Amino acid sequence: MHFVQNFPFFCILLTLMGSVVSSVLKAKHAQRVTLFLIGAVLAMNVSVMIYTLQTGESYVYMMGHFPAPWGNEIRAGVLETVSMTVFLLVILFSFLGGMRRGEQELEQTKYNIFCILIDLTMLSLLALVYTNDLFTAYVFIEINTLAAAGLVMMRQNGRSLVAGVRYMMMNLLGSSLFLIGIVILYTVTGHLLMENIHDSVEQLAATGLYHVPLTVVVGLMSVGLAMKSALFPFEKWLPPAYSNATPTGSALLSSIVSKGYIFLLIKVYVRVIGFDVIQSLGICDVLFLFGAVGMIAGSLNAVRAKTTRMMVAYSSVAQIGYIFCALGLGTRAGVLCALWHTLAHSATKSMLFISSSELDRSSGYTDHLRTRLRGAFYRSPGASLAFALGAANLVGIPLLSVFITKVSMAQAAIEVGGRHMIIALLCLAVSTVLNAIYFLGSAMSIFTPDRTQAAVRVRMDRWTAVGIAGFIVMNLALGLFAQPIFGALGEAIVRFA
Amino acid sequence: MIAKLFVNYEETASVILFCIGFSTMLLHKNLVKKIIGMDIMDTAVYLFLASQGYIKGRVAPIVVNGVQSVEAYINPIPAGLVLTGIVVSVSVSALMLALCVRLYYRYHTLDLDKIIALAGKEEV
Repeated sequence: MHFVQNFPFFCILLTLMGSVVSSVLKAKHAQRVTLFLIGAVLAMNVSVMIYTLQTGESYVYMMGHFPAPWGNEIRAGVLETVSMTVFLLVILFSFLGGMRRGEQELEQTKYNIFCILIDLTMLSLLALVYTNDLFTAYVFIEINTLAAAGLVMMRQNGRSLVAGVRYMMMNLLGSSLFLIGIVILYTVTGHLLMENIHDSVEQLAATGLYHVPLTVVVGLMSVGLAMKSALFPFEKWLPPAYSNATPTGSALLSSIVSKGYIFLLIKVYVRVIGFDVIQSLGICDVLFLFGAVGMIAGSLNAVRAKTTRMMVAYSSVAQIGYIFCALGLGTRAGVLCALWHTLAHSATKSMLFISSSELDRSSGYTDHLRTRLRGAFYRSPGASLAFALGAANLVGIPLLSVFITKVSMAQAAIEVGGRHMIIALLCLAVSTVLNAIYFLGSAMSIFTPDRTQAAVRVRMDRWTAVGIAGFIVMNLALGLFAQPIFGALGEAIVRFA
Repeated sequence: MIAKLFVNYEETASVILFCIGFSTMLLHKNLVKKIIGMDIMDTAVYLFLASQGYIKGRVAPIVVNGVQSVEAYINPIPAGLVLTGIVVSVSVSALMLALCVRLYYRYHTLDLDKIIALAGKEEV
């Protein structure tokens, strides 16, 4: 075994230890620990990614020298390592980009708790991406929920506390449904490891006797994770949660927390249950329908939103609709499109949250109204460029990553044909027009001079500038080098099953 | 059908409990009642899981009179999973209750609808 193969396990262990250490540290030291953890985990993850890309193979890592279920397993392949690298870059830039705002908005004595919550979010994401065991996935789903609820409530004002309660209620319901799904799956297969379950499910499906239990299992898991990732109509908790958190909190909630659940759902579909079985159960059609409606409903709400943060938050509902609509096509091309959009949206939405908070700050108002964006380019050019890039990306301008999503989704829908094709293409067209209305409208407003007040350049602090610059480079890279990354993910999905 | 419900009474009880917990969580406005509903829901899942590991006439896999054949013991995995689940559930309940206390001090009510309305009137 190569030493580098230990790294996913080291990442999980190091993050866990770091969050424990941070609990007794002061704010400044906890911040340094979090930065060190993100850097170290990113470096180790990139090493594993290079290793898996070179070998082209995935490997299973047994923890505790005992086979599961006594010990535990993680699996690392191209799909996991590439996705995790994108997620870790998002965590790094979100943390840097919102660091100064976080210091200003949070109580100094509570700042180390904020750092611990970021560590725990990263830990749970690592576990969700790498685990090969369904029950471990459930445990880390709950850790993710608790950490994310903390991020929502960190500002400790009335609105953020209420948003936290609503977030917890909906997410705990989702976790319970997912757990019941695991329990029923365990009772019919006798396994918790993904590969073992997959083998058993194939055998059970071949007998034709377990159609109802398997439908119930997939239904419960899908609805549970859909609730947690805010698929329409379970999205009511999302706008208050995203708009009342700190900039880093909003960026992580939209880009990391919800995407971890979607990655797990893709894992369940591809690795645990298997494509052939999923297609025979009819659950995909429900996801497809909710996803399609979500694409339109989210965009309509974003058009109506009065504040920038609410607009960006409702746009997330629409983008999650894209992911589930692609997943609901029930084909390999659809899953690849969903996975790509998970990564593309993660990189873009966090950039939008960080840059919009900087634009709000530069306007001098605290009400976050969309009208305050007018003339923002002349006050904060860096943040304005980042916001405009994110807006253009989500509209689907060519050479950017979301354009690839829209093209690949249309291709996947045409491949399926019939009603799915008509609905998907129609929703894509309508949603793109709506995206253009609210995002390009805001972007144009940013570059329009504000004649009511003189434009005063507001200086951006060093770390925010680094975070925003990192996001711009990352988003451009995802768009310009989309073909090799998309190709690698496509090959990895075939091996993922 | 009815006979099957009685034979699998643990599963039947857990489904009934889950429905009670689910409806309590969704229908009550009081935050503490919602948390109680959530706990009942979780407990129902653990009852269901624990009942899957139990096999009538067998004992827990603890060596008492020497190691016996595999057929003498129940499946210990579900019990382990239930314990893990309980730890998670306790953490979640503790956080929710702490949040209730914070909200009560702030708004002097536990009615979620009233709390949402009061918070909506506050400045951003």
